[in-house]
Amino acid sequence: MSDAASRLRRLAALFSKGLLFLATALSLVAVLLIILYIARDAIPFFKLRGLKELFASTSWFPSGQPPEFGALAIFIGSGLVTLGAIVVAVPLGVAAAIALSDILPYRLRQAVKPVIEILAALPSVAYGFFALVIFAPLLQNRGGSLLALAAWLIALPLGLLLIFVITEIVTRRVREDVAQAARLILAATLVVILVRGLLALSSLLGRVAISSGTNALNVSIILGIMALPTIVSVAEDSLQAAGRELREGSYALGATRAETLFKVVIPAAGSGIIAAVILGVMRAIGETMVVWMASGNAAQIPSPWFNFLSPVRTLTATIAGDMGEADQVLGSERYHVLFALALCLLLTSFIANLASEWILRRQQRRLGGLK
Amino acid sequence: MKIASIFLTLALLAGGFGFAADANKIVVDGSTTVGPIAKAFAEFYMKQNPGVNITVSESGSGNGAKSLVNKSCQVASMSRLLKLNEYEAAVHSEILPVAHVVALDGIAMIVHPGNPVSKLTMAQVKDIYLGKIKNWNQLGGPNSAIVIISRDTNSGTYETFEGKVMKGEKIAKNCEYVGSNGAIRQRVQSTPAALGYVGIGFLDNTVKALPIDGVNPTPETVKNGSYPIARPLYMVTDDYPKMGSHLYRYINLYLTVKGQAIIEEIGFIPVTSY
Repeated sequence: MSDAASRLRRLAALFSKGLLFLATALSLVAVLLIILYIARDAIPFFKLRGLKELFASTSWFPSGQPPEFGALAIFIGSGLVTLGAIVVAVPLGVAAAIALSDILPYRLRQAVKPVIEILAALPSVAYGFFALVIFAPLLQNRGGSLLALAAWLIALPLGLLLIFVITEIVTRRVREDVAQAARLILAATLVVILVRGLLALSSLLGRVAISSGTNALNVSIILGIMALPTIVSVAEDSLQAAGRELREGSYALGATRAETLFKVVIPAAGSGIIAAVILGVMRAIGETMVVWMASGNAAQIPSPWFNFLSPVRTLTATIAGDMGEADQVLGSERYHVLFALALCLLLTSFIANLASEWILRRQQRRLGGLK
Repeated sequence: MKIASIFLTLALLAGGFGFAADANKIVVDGSTTVGPIAKAFAEFYMKQNPGVNITVSESGSGNGAKSLVNKSCQVASMSRLLKLNEYEAAVHSEILPVAHVVALDGIAMIVHPGNPVSKLTMAQVKDIYLGKIKNWNQLGGPNSAIVIISRDTNSGTYETFEGKVMKGEKIAKNCEYVGSNGAIRQRVQSTPAALGYVGIGFLDNTVKALPIDGVNPTPETVKNGSYPIARPLYMVTDDYPKMGSHLYRYINLYLTVKGQAIIEEIGFIPVTSY
């Protein structure tokens, strides 16, 4: 090969490397610019109104005369809705990931995983429409019975599992010949207590009247469903990444399938599962359309604070809903306060993303050490 | 990034000037209340004049004013006049806003059809939205908490309601906010304990409109001034449109017989009476 040709090739390689670097750098620059520009428009608000009002007051009247910008209720609304989404999505998502990776047969997994991932592809306005037009009236008309049904669906399997474990533990020390009978009697009593309790609870819940179906519960459930695909697919990937060798090593030491799953695979994939949860939660915090359509957007702290049947307002919905009238031309307080809220939102997601990144990296190091 | 954004701005600016230069293209932006009128007019006008292209977006009165000031639309459809600071911004951009009152609108208080309450006073409406009256049984209805629903603070309808009913006092914190007239109607028709408000043009038989101070929200009562929650609807242009231009003929459709019929058809109240 001639000298010139090889130089040309080197040059071409350098050029394409530079181009790729530039493309990568572009997204980094975009993130930095977003933070910079949001901060630039947020700082004037803090200069004009200080910190205390935004974080300590619950009076959100941006169009009032004079305007008030107390966003405490909005922060709490965002927190409440996110908490609700976690309660819905995390147990379901992690359980589904474990089932997909270690319990269901391979064939079924191949069929189920794409279906779950379709959930991620649905546009959020479709979820919002469902929440507003179908779910909210359903909660209003059949709210009590729905709550009672949910109580049964959640408490019955969990309760039965708990009863099984309790009877095993209690009768462990009992003599072999009476153990069987003792176990039966104990289990039967406990089941009767459980069913009685559930009947009482469901008749109590059945009387609950939900006056407004666009509330924190509605949005929590929908956001939980929206966060599911993220949690399932990242958690399942990390369970898979735990590796065949690990599982086979565990079997070789005589562990059962359950022991392998709970004592080896899940601990090994633990940080990946946590990262999956954080990513799913981020999806819930950042979601705008669904909360704007179905949370009711009332800037109030529910009383008591965990009253999920009360309408709430979130950061994202506030930014989306108030942006139009906020005066960009003149740069009013009403405009800058939205950037202040956006900055808080951005910082939250930035920290959460860094945390999940750090946790994932730690897992990779640990698994590397195991091999 | 910066360079890209500069190019983008340039392209948008060029596009904006393009609109201004192209007499066959009219861009309308603004209120969701005036939107249906602007759309019906556009449909009618484009059928009469093939080759003319009219686009109508509904992003709120405030956005309409902003677009007019930014020169990204020729007509701002608005359910209120420009505010003083918007006029000021317009004048700074060498825009002279001229308002045309194209129709009148009344805001009707609506409840679920099954609600037995059959009338309200202005004072009661205000007290409900202030959170002083909390339960329908205080108004002769069933014992259930009132679910109060409002348009978002971004809308012209909200501003008219705030000005005409609340008179500057603050709406209770438990009030729910929704993004459009249609969405309020949807919420009220599916929520037995709800109270909301929509433009008269959005009334249908899925919700019940209540008389206020004994006056029903109808075209007649709005026109004769007896219905208290009413307002004019505007289309705002930069300067008076050149006589005979497409913009001129489009904006003055409301003065024609056909224009009056269109306005009545979609439920607003025309200013003419042929």
